[in-house]
Amino acid sequence: MDIHHLVTMANQIADFFCTSNPDRAEAVAATAQHLRSFWDPRMRREIVAHLRDGTDAADLNDVARDAVRLLANDSAAKKAV
Amino acid sequence: MLSKTDRDYGTPARTSATLVTLAIDGREITVPEGTSVMRAAALADTAIPRLCATDALEPFGSCRLCLIEIEGRNGYPASCTTPVEAGMKVRTRSPMLERLRRGVMELYMSDHPADRATCAGNGNCELHAMADAVGVGEVRYGWAGRNHLDAARDTSNPYFAFDPARCIVCSRCVRACEEVQGTFALTIDGRGFDSVVSPSQRQPFLESECVSCGACVQACPTDALIEKSMLERGLPQRSVTTTCGYCGVGCSFKAEVKGDEVVRMLPNRDGMPNHGHSCVKGRFAWGYATHPDRVLTPMVREKITDAWRVVSWDEAIGYAARRLKDIQTRHGNGAIGGITSSRCTNEETYLVQKMVRAAFGNNNVDTCARVCHSPTGYGLKTTLGTSAGTQDFDSVLQADVILVIGCNPTDGHPVFASLMKRRLRQGARLIVADPRAIDLVRTPHIEAAYHLQLLPGTNVALINAFAHVVLSEGLADEDFVRERCEGPAYELWKKFILEERNSPEAAAGATGVPAEKIRAAARLYATGGNAVIYYGLGVTEHSQGSTMVLGMANLAMATGNLGRPGVGVNPLRGQNNVQGSCDMGSFPHELTGYRHISDAALRASFEHEWKVRLDAEPGLRIPNMFDAALDGSFRGIYIQGEDIAQSDPNTHHVVAALSAMECVIVHDIFFNETARYAHVFLPGSSFLEKDGTFTNSERRISRVRKVMPPLAGKADWEVTCELSTAFGYPMHYAHPSEIMDEIARLTPTFAGVNYEKLERLGSVQWPCNDKAPAGTPVMHMGSFVRGKGRFVITEYIPTDERTGPRFPLILTTGRILTQYNVGTQTRRTPNVVWHQEDLLEIHPHDAEQRGVTDGSMVRVSSRIGETAMRAHVTERVPPGVVYTTFHHQSSGINIVTTENSDWATNCPEYKVTAVQVMPAGDAGARRATGQSAAAHPAAGR
Repeated sequence: MDIHHLVTMANQIADFFCTSNPDRAEAVAATAQHLRSFWDPRMRREIVAHLRDGTDAADLNDVARDAVRLLANDSAAKKAV
Repeated sequence: MLSKTDRDYGTPARTSATLVTLAIDGREITVPEGTSVMRAAALADTAIPRLCATDALEPFGSCRLCLIEIEGRNGYPASCTTPVEAGMKVRTRSPMLERLRRGVMELYMSDHPADRATCAGNGNCELHAMADAVGVGEVRYGWAGRNHLDAARDTSNPYFAFDPARCIVCSRCVRACEEVQGTFALTIDGRGFDSVVSPSQRQPFLESECVSCGACVQACPTDALIEKSMLERGLPQRSVTTTCGYCGVGCSFKAEVKGDEVVRMLPNRDGMPNHGHSCVKGRFAWGYATHPDRVLTPMVREKITDAWRVVSWDEAIGYAARRLKDIQTRHGNGAIGGITSSRCTNEETYLVQKMVRAAFGNNNVDTCARVCHSPTGYGLKTTLGTSAGTQDFDSVLQADVILVIGCNPTDGHPVFASLMKRRLRQGARLIVADPRAIDLVRTPHIEAAYHLQLLPGTNVALINAFAHVVLSEGLADEDFVRERCEGPAYELWKKFILEERNSPEAAAGATGVPAEKIRAAARLYATGGNAVIYYGLGVTEHSQGSTMVLGMANLAMATGNLGRPGVGVNPLRGQNNVQGSCDMGSFPHELTGYRHISDAALRASFEHEWKVRLDAEPGLRIPNMFDAALDGSFRGIYIQGEDIAQSDPNTHHVVAALSAMECVIVHDIFFNETARYAHVFLPGSSFLEKDGTFTNSERRISRVRKVMPPLAGKADWEVTCELSTAFGYPMHYAHPSEIMDEIARLTPTFAGVNYEKLERLGSVQWPCNDKAPAGTPVMHMGSFVRGKGRFVITEYIPTDERTGPRFPLILTTGRILTQYNVGTQTRRTPNVVWHQEDLLEIHPHDAEQRGVTDGSMVRVSSRIGETAMRAHVTERVPPGVVYTTFHHQSSGINIVTTENSDWATNCPEYKVTAVQVMPAGDAGARRATGQSAAAHPAAGR
């Protein structure tokens, strides 16, 4: 998958939820939930991998980055199970 | 064959709570006040002779054949224009009436060809039928006097001919053009004996304003106006009621057939979406179904550079299944998927998604709605609870204010547009929000109260400004909101909307629409009575497509314009079964009825029915499939009835993705652009060749009935069953009705749908279940599907696609009346006479700056690519905006459109592309890709 494309999409989603939710934590949770609901697992894996690739995903906006961290926790939790 | 003689009551029905009882020929009948004597008589099974009257049109009183006697009154009034009165005693037969009628009839017959055998419509000719009814055999006047028998025929229209010699100047055609179609292209020119039906200013039909809807042909009581196919093929032998295969209006037609050959398609008077009306596509442009370009044999090839090999069905299906299996073995379950088609039936789309989920074992299934109305699904489900328009089409007749945003109904949904125009002529007010001056802005007897000519990409700023006016001026329906919506979400939304940045004054900068105009339009929407929104791809195909759908739902809730006839939020769907393909679980995250795949209990119900475990994770959407193909994780695809190489944005990207795949299976009626990159071609069946159902924009489920056998031997649903079975997941159905029964078992909104009910009722609108056994014309009455309506904050975020020095113009795209989508069907019909190529509309100011003249070739370039087409210099578009259609592969406008997409759904932003336009110089030698789809694979190797 084209990571730049995924980043753009994640940032767009975060932009919507951070403008539509006054509470930042809710915006992060809603962004993460949107990614869970609509993104194929390989897309989520790649954006999580992007977060972990050493650059700390500087191209993701703050809300998107925190949402992807929630996804990373999902995958960590799955592995733990 | 009943088509033209289906029971006709002479004048339209009237609705009134007051009932009137009268006696007709001694028999008492009670009818609503306002009913004509003619209709009352017909209801009492008394036929009064008539020629100019039909219940599809308002009474006119010109033919003088329907005369009656009324006790206590002098003279012989026309029964069609005489309303019933209580206690009235009517006589429809008497020696005097018979003499009068015979005299009138003789005059008609004296200027009409005498030989009935030459009457191509015989069997349907009302003139001859009435002559028989009133007892006129011979004409006493002879043929030596003046007459019109040598008048020249007008055969200019490709589909119908007009023979003035056979015309009785009853004005039915003129009235049909006015009342039914609303085009006003016809008139009666001249006076007295010189009166003649005239298209526009005595022009040939083809050169006139006529839109070839066929209403005049349908209305003609003689064969003066007649389908050329009737003249060429003769009288049909049988009639099959079915549903049109074109746009989302889903008109009901009677296919009249001789042997296995369609003679004509007649709009069904009982059809609920169209009430006997039609457009040029559904009525006439069906010849593609038997076009010589149809590919009727399966073909396979190892590589896309190889020649095609014609094989048997068994070999093709076995080959396709083996290659898909092989990919999964090497690259995992998620490496293959499928695309369902909005041109196929509900049953067929259901089977494709079932095959992907149950046989392929993943959720990599998507549908062409991805690139059109997926934001509708997201937006309406989030706010109201389900992914569908709120009203039936007829609801528009109770609207007082009609807000048309980002749709062009007269071109895209012409039959519904005619209904809308009827309401507008009755006095409803119109607001059009569109960058272009679409026809509705100013058309005969209709002028929009406001045309908000906003810049492409600024819809959300506009709708927020509307809401700002509503809230800041105290125009909200607070009682409705309090009772029907979530309070806390409303308060948050209200606070947001009232911020100054959402005011009309602030929006004026972004949209280009003066603030006062926005204010006035918003006030009209909020205070003008029943207000309804109709919208199309000009809303959805944006980076904020879903946000705009949310915004429209917010506005409708805030003003209480939901949950009753005459109001609502209504998407006009582009293709005939977009609604159905979405309903049927074609999206990768949803099973049928818009239920998320992650719901374990839901999955369990499908697993029980399908006897297989289902993947709980959403699959790839179409744009994601392309990206995954390029990274090697997605390698095989089954595409039913879609031409993604032509219809999806950034053609180079799509072609690269298709070329990277190991197995592309195209299942289509024609060898389309996508088939150039396919390894397996499976011949498809047109809508005339199979049984099933379509669901139109008003959620109406209508039967598609087989009119002729599948030309390639198999209906599409049979092919999917065989492919699934060959893949290892057996699917066996004896008839599509069994598939619908399965859908009903698994889908609460379809629980009451079955073929027996569809036969009985004609059609039903979902939800159709125990709570609503006859279906649901208007949704959200009493409460929303989700319970309380939910307001969502809709911040305007400008698209990333910006104009600049290199690309200073915004390109937006759309459709034209005579063509359909990427033109695969309509380009193979005589409709090309009206639209031989896509044209680039450009404002005179922009054209002059660039040295572009009307009709000259221009290069259109974006950051993505470049194509060439002919320019049309017009003020229909504002300065800074250019517009074209996407019907011809020769111009291939998707070469220049980008992959920008809606934030929620990935619906591409077709409506906003920054471009430059310059004279082409060398007559446009560099059109699009430089290659066009082969008409037949032999030419496409």
